[in-house]
Amino acid sequence: MERNLMKGNEALAEAAIRAGCKCFFGYPITPQTELAAYMAKRMHKAGGVFLQAESEIAAINMVLGAASTGVRAMTSSSSPGVSLKSEGVSYIAGSDLPAVIINVQRGGPGLGGIQPSQADYWQATKALGHGDFQLLVYAPASVQEMVDYVVKAFDRADKYRMPAMILADGLLGQMMEPVSFPEINPDAYDKSGWAANGHKNAREHHIINSLYLKPDELEKSIVDRFKRYEIIKETETEAELYLTEDCDILLCAFGATARVVKSAVNSAREQGIKAGLFRPKTLWPFPVKEINEAAKSAKKLLSVEMNMGQMVDDIKLAINCSKPVEFYGRTGGVIPTPAEVLEEIKKLGGTL
Amino acid sequence: MAVAFERPKALIDIPTHYCPGCTHGIVHRILCEVIDEMGIEGDTIGVCPVGCSVMAYDYFNCDMIEAAHGRAPAVATGVKRTNPDKFVFTYQGDGDLAAIGTAETVHVATRGENIVVIFINNTIYGMTGGQMAPTTLPGQVTQTTPFGRSPELAGYPVKVCEMLSQLTGTAYAERVAVDSVPHIRNAKKAIRKAFENQKAGKGFSIVEVLSTCPTNWGLTPIEAIKRLQDEMIPYYPLGVYKDVEEGVFPKSEGGNE
Repeated sequence: MERNLMKGNEALAEAAIRAGCKCFFGYPITPQTELAAYMAKRMHKAGGVFLQAESEIAAINMVLGAASTGVRAMTSSSSPGVSLKSEGVSYIAGSDLPAVIINVQRGGPGLGGIQPSQADYWQATKALGHGDFQLLVYAPASVQEMVDYVVKAFDRADKYRMPAMILADGLLGQMMEPVSFPEINPDAYDKSGWAANGHKNAREHHIINSLYLKPDELEKSIVDRFKRYEIIKETETEAELYLTEDCDILLCAFGATARVVKSAVNSAREQGIKAGLFRPKTLWPFPVKEINEAAKSAKKLLSVEMNMGQMVDDIKLAINCSKPVEFYGRTGGVIPTPAEVLEEIKKLGGTL
Repeated sequence: MAVAFERPKALIDIPTHYCPGCTHGIVHRILCEVIDEMGIEGDTIGVCPVGCSVMAYDYFNCDMIEAAHGRAPAVATGVKRTNPDKFVFTYQGDGDLAAIGTAETVHVATRGENIVVIFINNTIYGMTGGQMAPTTLPGQVTQTTPFGRSPELAGYPVKVCEMLSQLTGTAYAERVAVDSVPHIRNAKKAIRKAFENQKAGKGFSIVEVLSTCPTNWGLTPIEAIKRLQDEMIPYYPLGVYKDVEEGVFPKSEGGNE
């Protein structure tokens, strides 16, 4: 299979086009701007639409409009921009529309900074907008995984008729790695039963809508959606388990941080400390079965994140607080080093 | 016997939620007559955002999308860009179009987006119970201007057609009213022209319709029509504000594709 050296942001864009993404609507923000620039160059030739919107809010609503007609649509941004999109994401979820949203995270809150961060974990997994809803959240840890999960995000968004997010960060977006592109079938799902693309006088009119003025009807729509979420929680979780079979201490990390942590785990093993790594690739749904499997022999867990410990609660819930869960993190755009993480492992290792 | 007058096919035969005496019904009807006459119902997608028109998706027989408050022009852009051969319209109120959705409104016109915007100006927020709109007249009493709209406190009304006609991407902007039979006839002609513009790929078209809101104005329907004539039309003069016959793009046959 052909392999190309590509920057993360550009690989995300190329993967989307190959996945049948027919339109991209975006607004410039560091550190994801290369994605939009790549789309601007490539999308027209690929027979699709690139449009720079007047705002993040407009961009996500353009995605909503395109997705309403059954077309694969995507937008991308970085943390402050994603906050602006939250209204539209809620409407997309409430209207049962598929769409892909990319967040190449930077530091927050507020304008924060432009260096890599994972501080939008809560936003992505708990509350990217008002109301009862979830979105699929994929956390790639390499440029290849960015490609693979963009493809998967489009597929699952269509399958479950819901928004899917790639939660990347500025480190992954900016780095270059070799990638190959998988075979893709963008037309796997029939949207003719709901898409609002003109009825040609051949069917009833279709309505794309998230408004239910009768409480029992709104409740039913949400309960039906949550039944789909149950299926997703059963079938869509993904995680990497590394040296977990005999581990005393289980490190938990996602995205770029997991690469740092993997180095630290290897160093710990060289020093005789039985460390392992659990890396969730799906953040929602959280890989509950997988972490319990990984934590079987562990006496302690250590979550390492580029934030103030936003994943810790999910870990504790997943293992039902059966073991202590410690935290080490850097935030604000600071990337933890393998040496720092190894120090933490040693500190905890001494208490095992 | 020939039927001389009937409900347009594009207008679904169900009761609406509009208040008695409200002029939304008239605008819905003439819009649907245009859709019928052009034979485009099967190729039309309407976008209705938040406001009194929020449930209009139940009344129009074409495919419909309900948008967030102010976002209809962005949603319509997403629809039109991916379906350039379809007819796309938005149906928006004054709070939606000229307050919370101002950026979307200005930029959809700036881009010369080849869609039709039907803009209902009744100088008040109807759905939420009569608060000040960006188009509320100076001195007008509303729930949030209980002593009358004071320009010192709340600024001046937005004149949408005047504003949008300054933009190069606007192909057509006309202000009409639905207070009398001649005006209603003219309003229908304007809507037809806007859709014909879209068919020809001329660029952005907006028809602003001066309308009444008897409930929130605290007037009878007849008094409301009189207010529209005596107070609104002098402030918001009717007429064509812009009409670019050749379209806004060079050799604009393809519109904005």
